[in-house]
Amino acid sequence: MDLTLKVWRQAGPGTEGRIETYDVPGISEEMSFLEMLDVLNDRLIVEGREPIAFEHDCREGICGSCGMMINGQAHGPQKGTATCQLHMRKFSDGDTIVVEPWRATAFPIVKDLVVNRSTFDEIIAAGGYISVTTGAAQEANLTLVPKAVADTAMDAAQCIGCGACVAACPNSAAQLFTSAKLAHLNLLPQGQPERWDRTVRMVGVMEQYFGSCTNHGECHEACPKEISLDFIAYMNRDYRKAIVKNRSLIAQP
Amino acid sequence: MTLNLDSKIPDGPIADKWDNQKFGMKLVAPHNRRRFDVIVVGSGLAGAAAAATLGELGYNVRCFTYHDSPRRAHSIAAQGGINAAKNYKGDGDSVERLFYDTVKGGDFRAREANVHRLAELSVDIIDQCAAQGVPFAREYSGLLDTRSFGGTQVSRTFYARGQTGQQLLLGAYQSLMHQVDAGTVELHDRTELLDVVVVDGEVAGIVTRHLHTGAVQSWSAHAVVLATGGYSNVFFLSTNAKHSNASAIWRAYRKGAAFGNPCFTQIHPTCIPASDDFQSKLTLMSESLRNDGRIWVPTEFDDKRSPDQIPAEERDYYLERRYPAFGNLVPRDVASRAAKAEVDRGRGVGELKNGVYLDFSDAIARLGRDVIEERYGNLIEMYERITDEDPYKVPMRIYPAVHYTMGGLWVDYNLQTTIPGLFAGGEANFSDHGANRLGASALMQGLADGYFVLPATLANYLADRLSRPPVPTDHPAFAEAEAAVRDRTKQLLSTGGTRTVDWFHRELGKIMWDNCGMARSTETLTKALSEIPALRSEFEKDVRILGDGDSLNQSLEKAGRVADFFELAELMCIDALHREESCGGHFRVEHQTPEGEAERDDENFSYVAAWEFTGDGNAPALNKEPLEFEYVHLAQRSYK
Repeated sequence: MDLTLKVWRQAGPGTEGRIETYDVPGISEEMSFLEMLDVLNDRLIVEGREPIAFEHDCREGICGSCGMMINGQAHGPQKGTATCQLHMRKFSDGDTIVVEPWRATAFPIVKDLVVNRSTFDEIIAAGGYISVTTGAAQEANLTLVPKAVADTAMDAAQCIGCGACVAACPNSAAQLFTSAKLAHLNLLPQGQPERWDRTVRMVGVMEQYFGSCTNHGECHEACPKEISLDFIAYMNRDYRKAIVKNRSLIAQP
Repeated sequence: MTLNLDSKIPDGPIADKWDNQKFGMKLVAPHNRRRFDVIVVGSGLAGAAAAATLGELGYNVRCFTYHDSPRRAHSIAAQGGINAAKNYKGDGDSVERLFYDTVKGGDFRAREANVHRLAELSVDIIDQCAAQGVPFAREYSGLLDTRSFGGTQVSRTFYARGQTGQQLLLGAYQSLMHQVDAGTVELHDRTELLDVVVVDGEVAGIVTRHLHTGAVQSWSAHAVVLATGGYSNVFFLSTNAKHSNASAIWRAYRKGAAFGNPCFTQIHPTCIPASDDFQSKLTLMSESLRNDGRIWVPTEFDDKRSPDQIPAEERDYYLERRYPAFGNLVPRDVASRAAKAEVDRGRGVGELKNGVYLDFSDAIARLGRDVIEERYGNLIEMYERITDEDPYKVPMRIYPAVHYTMGGLWVDYNLQTTIPGLFAGGEANFSDHGANRLGASALMQGLADGYFVLPATLANYLADRLSRPPVPTDHPAFAEAEAAVRDRTKQLLSTGGTRTVDWFHRELGKIMWDNCGMARSTETLTKALSEIPALRSEFEKDVRILGDGDSLNQSLEKAGRVADFFELAELMCIDALHREESCGGHFRVEHQTPEGEAERDDENFSYVAAWEFTGDGNAPALNKEPLEFEYVHLAQRSYK
């Protein structure tokens, strides 16, 4: 298939960007979107033009490195699919495809399609863990976890931290990412001792960098793991509870 | 032989060795730990677990990753599970059994003492991870669930759907971020190791390049841990993430760390076959699929019928036929070679005739689609996204691909390399898997090294250095290493050739896959050893890298890694050529039984080959660490 690509090019964080147009003929339907970009980059290098910088690593949809706006949609048109798993058979011969980086103030552009997502790490550092001293854990089967609870925790825990939820949100809110981690840990019995403190701290850091949630639901639509909006409701509930419960004498679930 | 390869295996019966070692080792008191600087390179399972634990203990830790976040390390992609000798299923498992299976599965080329320690620690890992909130699969009772895996007859693999590596890594990453928040670990993301600095025979620190700014910087420490993963990407097409590379361990090798068994690579039997020439990587389908999927090819050669048109009697379930006891669950090396044999005979399936079928129809009929979906749903979805075929209706097509490297930096029992103070953990070392790794054992080893072994053995090394500050970064050795790094960058940028880095990498991969892949011979290896240097000198003259070294330049990053792959590829072929036997993943066509199984030569090759760098242009020197088998009897593996 023959395609036309319109790609956001930006040399560095402080410089002005622009859309550049490239003709990309001879693309196979079997290729992934990133393999199509590989082919374009190879051609650019041979022509002496700088290749397009983009993030990628595992190319199996699990590391969360890749991500770009494809025709205005985070990760492109296929539901529940990260950019690296999107294949060219989802496009047609003669298509013009617009490719841009994630758009959010909290994710400043580094170069071309590469953005800095370290604010996500800051949210995790603010309580997105269960404190266990290495070697101090008890025998694992002493804590029973009902299957339904473990399954729901896993539904939340499978977030890959790609940032599509933020990029898709008209407010650049990070509620889906934050609530997925928070629900994963708050649902499990192991996560109870730190539950209220975790909730207050993670939401605090999230609000420091990201916009507010107004329930558009675009985040869920863009999420390659199709993480449920229910977790946002769960986080909001836990946050309200935490304000009351997060006091030393009433730390009861 | 010039190196003194003291494996430092402690005395005593095998079950007591690790306890004896722990008691015998020196400790660093809590108030003294903050006086020690430790560098951890890599943030996968081994690196993140080590950095988090060392930070928690109170050491000054710096953790380096070239990713934008530690959570992106390639451990995240491991699908199937993690082994542990918990015997929760009551099916006869034990530490001894896991130990035995691992030594046998590794085709008797691993150190018994290391493997036993690994089996002991497997139990603690599950406790640790469950306490961290890793959402392992559960039974309806709320107890932990397990499943079986290749090369074993018990159910000892713990899992979190098909995303076990992701969940274990997130557990370690969260612990790491906890320590970052607590101020005990300083995280350096987007920072790549480009050299290791050695002063007076001991490690002094590392030199890095920041991938966004190009800044070259020195970091000194009392001890350095390399947990930088494996080198499957030397084959270009592998299941490894695109950035996975050998540069950290290769730089260490060039500075004096011996490289153990470089030719031991694992070819994973269940990957999606390549679809065209632009294929950038291969995708693995978890081996756990072999629990419920049956592998077959048509008995007819060049059969063009669709699989549902082929009646049962015209299908050859070749693994079940050849290995009735283990059937579809034979170890990876055996399953891979059997698939290659069928495709080479002309019974391959799919458009390019480059795969075999993995069929779920019997399992769906027996268990129902719901059960299969619950067990493998995300893998099946992934397959469908990539191939546009629905495995609930048509069998999957699979073919072996390079997946893991058992070889790596040689380490003693304490995971210390031949450079004092330089340690290696996880896939970066050669230690526990011998010539073939069993499924679900990589996660186990990474976490055992990171959480439990390295924190204990580092203390023993550091305890003697209490009054010694680390070598300062203004020492001439650092300046020299920095200058070498800058020169190399400048040289790559100024080559001004005509071909891309990927072109060269792809060519190198083809040479390696064709000549040093699933089957190796004197002829193919000799051929590779003449082709690799030729391609390398072409690379040095004709590679084209645009842009500069002072900002994000992904071609430049790749070029440095590929340059190191060229050197490593040669060492792999030298090692494969010298090992005149077949064992595990190393199959020399000259050495096979009449039935085509690998034939070991225990009399002459029961040793670890530890290669030593002797300067550019010189042949590497071979050092041997003899392997002794006191507890597991040397025997030809049989899975029949």
